[in-house]
Amino acid sequence: MSVKHHISDAFLIDYASGTLSEGWSLAVATHLALCPKCRKRLAAMEGAAGALLDKSAESGGEDVAWARFKARTIDVKVEEIKPVAASPKVPPVLPEPLRSYLGGDLGDLKWRALGRGAYQILIDTKDTETQVRLLRIPAGKPVPEHTHEGRELTLVLAGSFRDGDDLFARGDIEEADGDLLHTPTATEGEDCICLAVTEAPLKFSSWIVRLMQPILKI
Amino acid sequence: MNKKNSDGLAADDLAKSEMVRLLSIVGRERSVEAFEAIFRYYAPRIRSFMVMKTKDRQAAEELMQETMTAVWNKAGQFDPARGNVSAWIYTIARNVRIDAYRRKRPEFDFNDPAFVADDVAPADQEFQQLQEAQLLRGAMETLPEEQLDVLRRAFFDDVSHSTIARDLGVPLGTVKSRIRLAFEKLRSSLEGRL
Ligand SMILES: [Zn+2]
Repeated sequence: MSVKHHISDAFLIDYASGTLSEGWSLAVATHLALCPKCRKRLAAMEGAAGALLDKSAESGGEDVAWARFKARTIDVKVEEIKPVAASPKVPPVLPEPLRSYLGGDLGDLKWRALGRGAYQILIDTKDTETQVRLLRIPAGKPVPEHTHEGRELTLVLAGSFRDGDDLFARGDIEEADGDLLHTPTATEGEDCICLAVTEAPLKFSSWIVRLMQPILKI
Repeated sequence: MNKKNSDGLAADDLAKSEMVRLLSIVGRERSVEAFEAIFRYYAPRIRSFMVMKTKDRQAAEELMQETMTAVWNKAGQFDPARGNVSAWIYTIARNVRIDAYRRKRPEFDFNDPAFVADDVAPADQEFQQLQEAQLLRGAMETLPEEQLDVLRRAFFDDVSHSTIARDLGVPLGTVKSRIRLAFEKLRSSLEGRL
């Protein structure tokens, strides 16, 4: 069983260049953990960046730079590489980097009810641009509260959902934006667990701006 | 298909396989001599990469030194099967820059038991990667300057596509289509591999 729905070039190049903010990056990196094909695409982008690096030399003072480097680094001890923790017998459902953000695998999570049998966990990032959450949608039910503005990434981790004619299963990622009307619905038989990243609600930022206006006189 | 054989490697490709060899020696033996050759090749390149963002030679020099320190410390983790020293060093420079600006970029972990590995055998992978790195460099040579310029800004400037559009004085759609065209070209050069 392999992944059918992949991340777009636009997200992947921003992830490759390091421009993509933390919330989006979490969804992209977790997809990459499950998708060898997109890892090859990422490697090609980094290869292109490497080729550009080859072509851009700013010369000047290499003798001085090397002398400094030798004095500062060469005689200093190599950083210890931390040993890899022994693998548990049953592989976890949630891959890294997501598992560390949640502090554990599926069995360790504390879900909050959203109503109608759906649950969520808000995931904390330092990124104010996005809102990141893990969702658990009961089998056969639609994704709740599904109004959003701007871009959205949904990555399936367990179970599956249908959106129109498309089926999204483990590892598949769906990209949507505000213009697209869609009604993802969990497939019968198993709850669907997915990571959803959306643009942070605009209402909130405009409320802040309104509050600040008299102070900033803007 | 790739017509070059081991006798017909371009000088550039030879320089690249030399870098793979040198970095492997550093990883195994901590050879200062081998590292000096790597340093003299990459230091000016990383410095110019860092200048693009910082616009400050002093700061760029510091970040370059930091990057080369990380290359020295991590040389043992370089996997020759991934074949491309410049790409690997780019990712290290990128991460040093992200840290310097106190941002976060979550990454997958090869050692995670939930990680889904590629099903290609490591030996085949090594050969493939070397070939792909060559094909990619060849394809980069054929890109028009305006596409290369947008890629350079996207990878080196560390700015959004809309900022690139503003800097160039072109619509956002133009920036996006140049990036798309460039990757279509690179992808077709690796036909069937991606
Ligand atoms: Zn993919």
